[in-house]
Amino acid sequence: MIIKQISIFVENKAGRLAEITEAIANAGIDIRALSIADTTDFGILRLIVDKPEAAALALKEAGLTVSITNVIAVGIDDTPGAFSVPMRVLADAGIDVEYMYAFISRDTQKAYVILRVADNDIATKALLDKGVTLLDENGFYGLVK
Amino acid sequence: MEKHIWNPQAECMDRKELEALQLERLKALVDYCDKNVKFYHDRFEKHGITADKIKCLSDIQYIPYTTKEDLRDNYPFGLFSVPQKEIVRLHASSGTTGNPTVVGYTRGDLENWSEQVARIVYAAGADENSIVQICFGYGMFTGALGLHYGLERIGATVVPTSSGNTEKQLKFMRDFGTDTIVATPSYCLYLAESAKERGIDFPLDQYKLKLGLLGSEGCTPEMRKQIEESWGNGFFCTDNYGMSELNGPGMSGECIMRNGLHINEDHFLCEVIDSKSGDVLEKGSTGELVVTNLTKRGIPMLRYRTKDITNINYEKCECGRTTARMSKIIGRSDDMLKIRGVNVFPTQIESALIGIDSISPHYQLVVRREGFSDTLEVRVELIDASLLEVYGELEKLRRRIHDKIKAILGIEIKVTLVEPKTIERFTGKAKRILDLRNQ
Repeated sequence: MIIKQISIFVENKAGRLAEITEAIANAGIDIRALSIADTTDFGILRLIVDKPEAAALALKEAGLTVSITNVIAVGIDDTPGAFSVPMRVLADAGIDVEYMYAFISRDTQKAYVILRVADNDIATKALLDKGVTLLDENGFYGLVK
Repeated sequence: MEKHIWNPQAECMDRKELEALQLERLKALVDYCDKNVKFYHDRFEKHGITADKIKCLSDIQYIPYTTKEDLRDNYPFGLFSVPQKEIVRLHASSGTTGNPTVVGYTRGDLENWSEQVARIVYAAGADENSIVQICFGYGMFTGALGLHYGLERIGATVVPTSSGNTEKQLKFMRDFGTDTIVATPSYCLYLAESAKERGIDFPLDQYKLKLGLLGSEGCTPEMRKQIEESWGNGFFCTDNYGMSELNGPGMSGECIMRNGLHINEDHFLCEVIDSKSGDVLEKGSTGELVVTNLTKRGIPMLRYRTKDITNINYEKCECGRTTARMSKIIGRSDDMLKIRGVNVFPTQIESALIGIDSISPHYQLVVRREGFSDTLEVRVELIDASLLEVYGELEKLRRRIHDKIKAILGIEIKVTLVEPKTIERFTGKAKRILDLRNQ
C-alpha cells in the first residue's frame, strides 16, 4: 500500500524545470503526479512516475540531488466532504502530515491525494481500519491516467 | 616539561641580542646584494641605499619590496648572486601563471636550510628515534627535500616514499612502524580514511603513527582536529611554513604548544605590511607577511612579499623559545575581500564549512553592491538527498551554515544551496570569488 515518490532539489533559475523534465522524458518515463514547493532560491520537486528507480537513476546521472521516499496514496470520491474522512482518521490517530498534494482522474472520476507522514505503517493501518481506499503501486502507476 | 629545543642558543636568544645579530646580517646582506646582483644594485642606486646607511632594523623600510613578478621577469637566473659553479641545487615553483620561479642554493644555503628545518621538526616532537615517512612529491618542489635534509640532520630515520601510491604508503607504515608523517593536511586525512577502509585486515591500531608534520597547504584548527580524530590513538600534528623563494619549508613551524609558528628569526627578518598601501604595520597587526632571508646567498631575497596574511606575536612562548611566532596563515592578500569594512578570507569560510556533511567541499563567494552596501553570498552544493524529505531540514541546514559563518566573520551573509557540481572545479589555484561590485 506504499507508493514511491521522487524528490529533486531544484535551484530557482530559468529553464531548470524544463531541463529536469526533459531528462525524465528522454528516459521514457511518464509523470503521474507532481508538486513543487519553493522559496526564493530553491525548490523541491516531488514526482510520482511509472518507473521510479529508472527516473531516479536518470536524474542522478544528470547531476541532481535525488531521493526516493515512500508515500501513501488515498483514493476518494470527487464529492464534497470526502477528503475530510481520511484527514479525521489521521488526526484522531495523532499522525502529522508533512505535506500532501492532490489531483483528479478524468477516467475514474476519483480524486487522489498523496500523503507524506512520519510513519507509513501506522498511517496505513489506521486508514485501512476505517475503510479508506489506498492505492498500491500497480494500481497507482498503471491505472491513474 | 622536558625542553625539546634543537638549537637553544639561536632559539632562546635574548631579543636585544637577536636584533643586533639581525642588524649585522642585514647590513652584510645589503652590501652583498649591492655587489653581486645587478637587479638589487640598480634599485639601491635609484633609491640611494648603501649598507652603511642601514643604522637600525627599521631602516629596512627604505629598501623596495621584491615580488614574485621580479623573479619571473628575471627568469631563470637573473637574481642569482654567484657563478653557476657555486650553485649546488636548483628548485622551481609550479608556475601555473607564466614562467616558473627558479631558486638556487649554495652549499652554505643547503647547510642553513637543513638547520632551519631541523629546529622546526625537533620543536614539533621528532627526534633521532623517529621513523618518518615523507609523502611529499620529490622533485622541483622544495617540500620533500627540505624536510628530508632537516630530518636527517636530527638523526631521524627517513623513509622517502614520495607522494601517491596509498596502498604502498600504508604497507610501509605498518611494516616499518612509521611514527611520523610528512604530508599535506588533505593527504594525511586521505591516508587515515584509506587506512580505515582496510580496517578488517589491518585495524587502525596496527599503525604506530603519532606525529604529523603537515605543510604545503593551509590547515585550519577544524581540519587539524578532523585529521587527529581520524587517525586516533593520540595522533598529534603541527603546521609548518615556508616557500621556495625563502629556501622552502623551515621558515617557521609550530612547537608542541601549537600557539603560533616559531620563526627562525636569526635567518628571517619579518615585517607585516598593509598589502594595498605597502605601509609597514605596527607590531602585532594583521597584514601581509614580508620576509628578508638574512643568510641566503645563492639567490638573496630582500623584503619578499609572500602575499600571505598573518600577524606576529613577539612574546616569549611557554616552550622556552624566545623567537617570535606568526599565526597560521589567515589567507592570501590577493584573495582578501573587504565587505562593509571587514576583511574576509575564503579560508575563514572554508573552516566554517568543514564538518558539515550535507554539502560538498566546493563553494563560491559572490559579492554584490546593493544600494550603498556590499552583500556576500556563500553558495554551497547540497549533496545530502535525505534532507529533501522534510522541507524544514533544508532551511535548518541553511540556517546552520549561516550562523557558523556569521559567527566567524561577524557580518551578515546570505547562504544559497545550489545543485551538485554546479560550482566550478579547479585543478590548480582555486578562484572562489565572484566580485560583481564594479559591474
